[in-house]
Amino acid sequence: MDHHPMNWGRPRNDMADPYGTYPIPQRPMNTQTFEDSVQHTQQPIVTGASVLAIKYANGVMLAADNLASYGSLARFKDVKRVIQVGSSTIVGASGDMSDFQYLQRELDELVIDEITHSDGHNLGAKEIHEYLSNLLYARRSKINPLWNSLLVGGCSPEGKRFLAYVDLLGTTYSASTLATGYGAYIAQPLLRKAVEGREDTLTEAEAVKILEDSLKVLYYRDARSLNKYQIAKVTAQGVEISDSKSQDTTWGFAEGIRGYGAQTQ
Amino acid sequence: MTSIGTGYDLSASTYSPDGRIFQVEYANKAVENSGTAIGLRVKDGIVFAVEKLVHSKLLVPGANRRIMTVDRHVGLATAGFLADGRTIATRARDESAGYRQTYLTPPPLKTLADRLGLYVQAYTLYSSVRPFGISTILGSVDKDGPQLYVIEPSGVFFGYHGAAVGKGRQLAKTELEKIDLANISTRQAVKEAARIIYLVHDDAKEKEFELEMSWIGDESNGLHQPVPKDLFDEAEKAAKESLENFE
Amino acid sequence: MFRNTYDSDNTVFSPQGRLHQVEYALEAVKQGSAAVGLVSKTHAILLALKRSAGELASYQQKMFRIDDHVGIAIAGLTSDARVLSNFMRQQAMSSRMVFNRPVPVNRLVGAIADKAQVNTQEYGRRPYGVGFLVIGEDKSGPHLYEFSPSGNSYEYYAMSIGARSQSAKTYLEKHYEEFPDCSLDDLIRHGLHALRETLQQDKELNIKNTSIGIVGPASPNEKNAPATGAFRMLDGDAVDVFVQTMIPKDTADAPAPATAAAGDDGDVQMEG
Repeated sequence: MDHHPMNWGRPRNDMADPYGTYPIPQRPMNTQTFEDSVQHTQQPIVTGASVLAIKYANGVMLAADNLASYGSLARFKDVKRVIQVGSSTIVGASGDMSDFQYLQRELDELVIDEITHSDGHNLGAKEIHEYLSNLLYARRSKINPLWNSLLVGGCSPEGKRFLAYVDLLGTTYSASTLATGYGAYIAQPLLRKAVEGREDTLTEAEAVKILEDSLKVLYYRDARSLNKYQIAKVTAQGVEISDSKSQDTTWGFAEGIRGYGAQTQ
Repeated sequence: MTSIGTGYDLSASTYSPDGRIFQVEYANKAVENSGTAIGLRVKDGIVFAVEKLVHSKLLVPGANRRIMTVDRHVGLATAGFLADGRTIATRARDESAGYRQTYLTPPPLKTLADRLGLYVQAYTLYSSVRPFGISTILGSVDKDGPQLYVIEPSGVFFGYHGAAVGKGRQLAKTELEKIDLANISTRQAVKEAARIIYLVHDDAKEKEFELEMSWIGDESNGLHQPVPKDLFDEAEKAAKESLENFE
Repeated sequence: MFRNTYDSDNTVFSPQGRLHQVEYALEAVKQGSAAVGLVSKTHAILLALKRSAGELASYQQKMFRIDDHVGIAIAGLTSDARVLSNFMRQQAMSSRMVFNRPVPVNRLVGAIADKAQVNTQEYGRRPYGVGFLVIGEDKSGPHLYEFSPSGNSYEYYAMSIGARSQSAKTYLEKHYEEFPDCSLDDLIRHGLHALRETLQQDKELNIKNTSIGIVGPASPNEKNAPATGAFRMLDGDAVDVFVQTMIPKDTADAPAPATAAAGDDGDVQMEG
């Protein structure tokens, strides 16, 4: 029983002050403040879902919706998850949005550093992907990861295409179709079927159609997705990121299916 | 009083009996021996022009730039020891990046000039370093419009409508004063700048030179960039012609 | 030798705004044997004259490889050169590690120039006593740069540094307009002719005292050259075939000799 008058009406404080040093608090001698453990990020907080990307005849096309979720709450519906880096690179991010904002600042500094040399040398998608993979791997090796999966797309002025993945572990791989998050399960098979072997012949309109079809499937299947998205392309001419757009969807079928929409029981 | 042989001019940390710091004055001498650099702050932008003295015909024209970029919207031209100029530019870039990190916004030029001034001034305090042998013209179009500052080897900085440093600064200043800087366009300023550099270059005494120009304004999307080739050639041609008429 | 009040310390400006210690460091470069560099549209090459301390000593190395695409030739204090070239290798390595990109040559030269500048401004150091010619190839083609202890660096079509380099410079100035369209073999011959100008009267270029560094596609006269055109150094027997191509000085076909007298290298200028 704690009889000290200062503690009347308060919860017992054994956890915070196990040696009962109150009212003159002091730390036990010879103890490191963070001896127990230092904890870093354990989970992402505000998250973006899938990013999809494919190679096509003119370059690389990338798509992501505008949703940032807070847990299962659709918290922000106007988040841009695809950015331009330098003159010939686009980066799409899923995972923690604040970590992504940090990455944007890092990349911006990198690009300014490159600009200020004004010597005609630029960072292309290959270089930016390498930099990001080093950064993410270094952070995970400090047990303090930046909680993202990123797709990096690029096209040199000569028309050489680049598309690669990097994630919070520093894992990288490259393919002509890539998807992050739930899209890796739902969209990737669709993208492969539509794109593989046709990378050099797909027109821009076909590429848009492939991505929009996949986005629509994701919107039906993934509860952390939004019917509001942007499509970005990078070609030999440079980068274009579309305004937000949406597609028509029908939900009549959902009436009788458990797990979709309002249920009566 | 004279400085030489008194012993009061051997260190930046020594005053002379009449309160002067000769090492800083000598640093200014290094600036005065260098090719001229000018900056124009006009209605809608900034123009830099430099008289780059060519000490060998083996040099690759267009390489070896003397105007440098500090940030997307900030440029810098120096006169004096070029190697010191590079150090200043590196520092300016670091300050600019530091400001962006802290405030998530591009730095106003006055802040940059202020911080750079403090940095330069620190090199006038100690016997363990020498002052910078350069004057720096800083220019930018920031949220308050076009800005132009000059930082001297003493660390002092002033804002200008038109600035000139280096060998031909007196004549250049006289010419700048004749121009209605506040009301001309960046495009017009490019031509004036080219003309002034050609005018101040002393053919009789000096080696060959190469004109180098950059600008910041609406036509460069607010970015610090070299003046486009067609406009550059046009301005250089006009400058040569006006020189012939002048003589 | 003369002395003055303002020349013992690199933190002191002379009343004329000069830095004598830095100017003396530039003199140290001229104590080293000469090196020559040339650039064509496709190649950048270095040629250097090696010295030996005596009959029993080997010849002092004059060229260093920095990365696959960059190499240097030095004149001046070899120990300073080793420190700086080590730094250059680290920079080149870091660029490959972080960005998977061969470092742009101008940035590499800029990095050592900035390093050298610090030694001209702070007490307790001396400026580096070595000059470099740096050749390399990057996205913007083959390049040649000169680095000097003053912290300056310049890009050239052709350049020479070291003892009696003015004679080589005079040769280069006379012929540099031909260089852009030269084949590798012709470029090397020009380089050897320029280097020859720096020799003392009774000396000649041979396989022992001549080094050649090349960036760019291989010549038919090279053996075991890398297919990528990466930087390689030729020494000993490998240079023989090129030394043989030289046109003796006193024949009618000989290229116009340098007219300026060898020896004095003229004023030292720190700023450009």
